[in-house]
Amino acid sequence: MSTSISSSLQEEDLWEGGNKPFKASYGKLMMWFFIVSDALTFSGFLVAYGFSRFKNIDSWPIADEVFTHFPFLHGVDAPMYYVALMTFILIFSSVTMVLAVDAGHHMDKKKVTFYMALTIVGGAVFVGSQAWEWNNFIRGEYGAVETRGGQIYQFENQITGKRVALRDFSMSQPKDRTQNLRKKGIWFTSESSLPTFTVDEVITGFRSNNDLIIKTEKLDEKGHKIRLSREESLKKIQQAKYVVEGANLIRNEYGNRLFADFFFFITGFHGFHVLSGVIINIIIFFNVLIGTYERRGHYEMVEKVGLYWHFVDLVWVFVFTFFYLV
Amino acid sequence: MEHKAHKLEIFRGLWKFKSNQQKIWGVLFFLSVVTIIEVALGILKPEILMNTFLSTKLINWIFIILTLIKAYYIAWDFMHLRDEKSGLQASIVITLIFLIAYLVFILLVEGNYIYDVLYEGFVSWNF
Repeated sequence: MSTSISSSLQEEDLWEGGNKPFKASYGKLMMWFFIVSDALTFSGFLVAYGFSRFKNIDSWPIADEVFTHFPFLHGVDAPMYYVALMTFILIFSSVTMVLAVDAGHHMDKKKVTFYMALTIVGGAVFVGSQAWEWNNFIRGEYGAVETRGGQIYQFENQITGKRVALRDFSMSQPKDRTQNLRKKGIWFTSESSLPTFTVDEVITGFRSNNDLIIKTEKLDEKGHKIRLSREESLKKIQQAKYVVEGANLIRNEYGNRLFADFFFFITGFHGFHVLSGVIINIIIFFNVLIGTYERRGHYEMVEKVGLYWHFVDLVWVFVFTFFYLV
Repeated sequence: MEHKAHKLEIFRGLWKFKSNQQKIWGVLFFLSVVTIIEVALGILKPEILMNTFLSTKLINWIFIILTLIKAYYIAWDFMHLRDEKSGLQASIVITLIFLIAYLVFILLVEGNYIYDVLYEGFVSWNF
């Protein structure tokens, strides 16, 4: 260590060779390094999403028609309200985090404890909300059929203009096809659960109900999904190959296959960040409780996890915009 | 450990605060207003904003600009970048803006190109 540094500085505040660069401590700078690289990771994902969307610009699913659920409001079409609520929860837990950091600057252990606890609760509520959102997305609501060419056909009542679920019109027929399980067949073969209806049941039901038309994936110039006429629908329904209910990594009832893949990947990766943020917050919370930072003389650790926590909030702001709004 | 004084104003001094806590609530208020505007626009979808400008709908431009404004206030006030040295601010922000803008440009242009090829080519949308 150089001797020219004034004696009022503590030795542990110094880096080898002099004062702290940018007047920020080592830990804080490294947290910023991590945040910058993680921001690039997330922008890589979001830009890849943008790439796929531009590639399928005239047939991408419309978020308002996909995310329409709100807790305790069954059957009510409530686009966006739930994600907006999630956004508020996350921003609010960001605020309690800054308040904890601020209380830390004043060495106020009680307030830091209180605000850290609130932050943890907010984060946990957010992760829970995301799980609920995933559950709705995976289960689906209306169901659709997929053609040989990989296009999704949804069904609509041409008089009311409302979506119609497969279970409302499919004709039940005697089935000879059951789910292939290891215990029933050959020991090395099995398959995932079969859709509730077969393609034949959907087609028969569709033919016998004159109000039904097909809603395609294609968008018109105004950005609305193109509906086929009844005659065209009857012709096109022949091409149905699979019944799709809900979403998985292979196909989904909302439209383009990549849509569900990106949804799972990006919101999943973000949710994992929130989860790890909550866990780190819990660790710091207990450190505050047992007085580690009180003895250390500063609450900089709270500031560092705070940076990470705000970053997670920042990423959500972008995910919210590009997945739900744009 | 010495802590730096907070700059207690936002909007270039238009809105001043007495304490750091007050500033935090003020920023929360602003972020909430922006989010409410976004959600309201997303639900109403006014026809006039459905026109396209630079191959993106006007409403989407508004969403993107509002998002960047939100990101600025989260980074500047919640992450305390406002109180850091300008060198630190620049090394974070310029790096990200440069690399992300580059990535966005190159991938979106490419995505658009592939769309054109599929649209004008002989690839059938459905078969």
